[in-house]
Amino acid sequence: MTPQPSSRDRILARVRAAVADAPEAPAVARDYRTSHTADDPAGVLDLLHENLADYRAHVHRTTPDGLPALVARRLAERGARTVAVPPGLPAGWLAATDAVRRPDEPRLTPYELDGVDAVVTGCALAIAETGTIVLDGGPGQGRRALTLVPDLHVCVVRAPEQVVASVPLALPRLDPTLPLTWISGPSATSDIELDRVEGVHGPRTLEVILVAGGLT
Amino acid sequence: MSGTFVGMPSFPKAAHEAVGDATLRANLRHATHTIRDKRARAVAELDDWAALREAGKRIKDDTLRHLGTYLVRLEEAVTRAGGTVHWAADAAEANRIVTDLVKATGETEVVKVKSMATQEIGLNEHLEAEGIAAYETDLAELIVQLGEDRPSHILVPAIHRNRGEIRDIFREKMGSWGRPAPEGLSDTPAELAEAARLHLREKFLRAKVGISGANFMVAETGTLVVVESEGNGRMCLTLPETLISVVGIEKVVPTWRDLEVFLQTLPRSSTAERMNPYTSMWTGTTDDDGPRTFHLVLLDNGRTDALADEVGRQALRCIRCSACLNVCPVYERAGGHAYGSVYPGPIGAILTPQLRGTTSDIDASLPYASSLCGACYDVCPVAIDIPEVLVHLRERVAGEGGKGHRLEKAAMKAAGWVLDHPSALAAGERLASATRKLHPKRLPGPGARQWSDHRDLPELPAEPFRDWWKKNRT
Ligand code: SF4
Repeated sequence: MTPQPSSRDRILARVRAAVADAPEAPAVARDYRTSHTADDPAGVLDLLHENLADYRAHVHRTTPDGLPALVARRLAERGARTVAVPPGLPAGWLAATDAVRRPDEPRLTPYELDGVDAVVTGCALAIAETGTIVLDGGPGQGRRALTLVPDLHVCVVRAPEQVVASVPLALPRLDPTLPLTWISGPSATSDIELDRVEGVHGPRTLEVILVAGGLT
Repeated sequence: MSGTFVGMPSFPKAAHEAVGDATLRANLRHATHTIRDKRARAVAELDDWAALREAGKRIKDDTLRHLGTYLVRLEEAVTRAGGTVHWAADAAEANRIVTDLVKATGETEVVKVKSMATQEIGLNEHLEAEGIAAYETDLAELIVQLGEDRPSHILVPAIHRNRGEIRDIFREKMGSWGRPAPEGLSDTPAELAEAARLHLREKFLRAKVGISGANFMVAETGTLVVVESEGNGRMCLTLPETLISVVGIEKVVPTWRDLEVFLQTLPRSSTAERMNPYTSMWTGTTDDDGPRTFHLVLLDNGRTDALADEVGRQALRCIRCSACLNVCPVYERAGGHAYGSVYPGPIGAILTPQLRGTTSDIDASLPYASSLCGACYDVCPVAIDIPEVLVHLRERVAGEGGKGHRLEKAAMKAAGWVLDHPSALAAGERLASATRKLHPKRLPGPGARQWSDHRDLPELPAEPFRDWWKKNRT
């Protein structure tokens, strides 16, 4: 009995037959820009600030010394009494807050996460031209659910080392084997008569803290 | 394709009803004009747009030319990363695979990210028949699902509904699907969005199975990419234990680096944003983060037929941004439902007849549901020459039909409908390429494909469309 060819083999055979006589496609030209922004760290940081704010993130700037107090103030002003803590978050970042810490070790259940007011994380990098922060689950960032379920996300970006100008400059610095989350402003929808509403399912508030001056 | 639209009347009949619906037309007009103006501004921010568009086109053409190689590479990479790859030749097979996978988990409900591929195969209806409830979680899809309705736009599927209608749907229907709408729900978008948040959150938190599509799959790394705004996608992609993604075989891109092109062109073409609020990328499974089991179902369902058509295969470059809908004078008047498939507007007019064939009245009429103005080509971020494919498909329909044939009649009616709507047509003719593609042969000259080079030239073939039509078709 001859076995039936699998769908895999049938589809691949159809694909190959469909293009067998097609001419080679012209080589991909990469003559688009690597960046649209002048190579000036201060200017790139300003652009990041501006574009994050344009998409309704709340942006703050501080120095390493000012960070703990600023984190504490952001949490307090938003009424956050509990804060989820990803593994590897520098302890000093939460040194000044009296919010109750909920470490994600062992993993909080979705329901437990839903009962947490806020989460504080770092990031892998930030993209100025699009106003985007990227998380890759590394130390201090946590798994993906952590920055999704609580209603307030406070994200710390270290400048200049975590800031790039553009998408083409970001991708080579990211590891595709890690789960990546790109965040450009808070959750939003325009599905109802195209009126933009912030916060449908993700955090309704995104606070980004830009820390300049080297932070370890 | 899906059973959802079986029995649709041909384009002119459906379009005729749509034009009679004042709410629909006002909503559509507002939406398409708003989005198209914003898009133009977002695109103008990048002075290398033409180069990005050309790169996107070439990446996709290279992908299609070597699709077999890239699909095998993708399969290897996904498998290496802990995922399982399945191949589905048609809708029935895809539905069967997904149903079996869900049943194997023992679950009877799933949460879904908006996905054209699963709409195309009618997955929700199939799951329902098998006793599995599939919850759409995109706000617009929720509105459509609760309203027992069909999506009418790729990007904003419920654009045909206004806020009062949405409030009524929520009040009447939410209770029978889960958490009811809050008492005294008003029709402000913020309150409506909050009602959706509460209604869906209980589903997200208990969900064990998520179903998604994907915007891109990277052959080199096995990475899948979903772009979205609301966070419902992130919920479905990360909270469940099992994730099943159903993706058309044409969604593959060769390399990680290729994303640098599409992550610049897609958001700006689609929602006119520099970047959409959320993009999720995952490669197989990751310990302690997200689903423990990941299945990728690669879907053919007519795509290899389209691939075999040397003119038509360019439709497979589409990244579903919906920019072509928003500039189309015919779409603006007819609405998405008139196209009788999950792919409305200009892209639907060329993709649907290729995926489904042209043997039904609706599919035979689609290539005629256009004024051939060329605006869709101009905005397309992967430079699909939609007018060229339309003309090509018209020849196919004409060849299958013949004078007085059923299909010929359906086609003529669709063409007649376009001609009967002077504002749709005039909008097209004002764009000077109106006559560019009327003749089945291409315009002479090396620049003929670059219509942007030509659109300011007043001396394009002078014969007005209506005259040409009369001479050639009556
Ligand atoms: S055909 Fe082009 S413009 Fe239309 S949805 Fe596809 S990519 Fe976008």
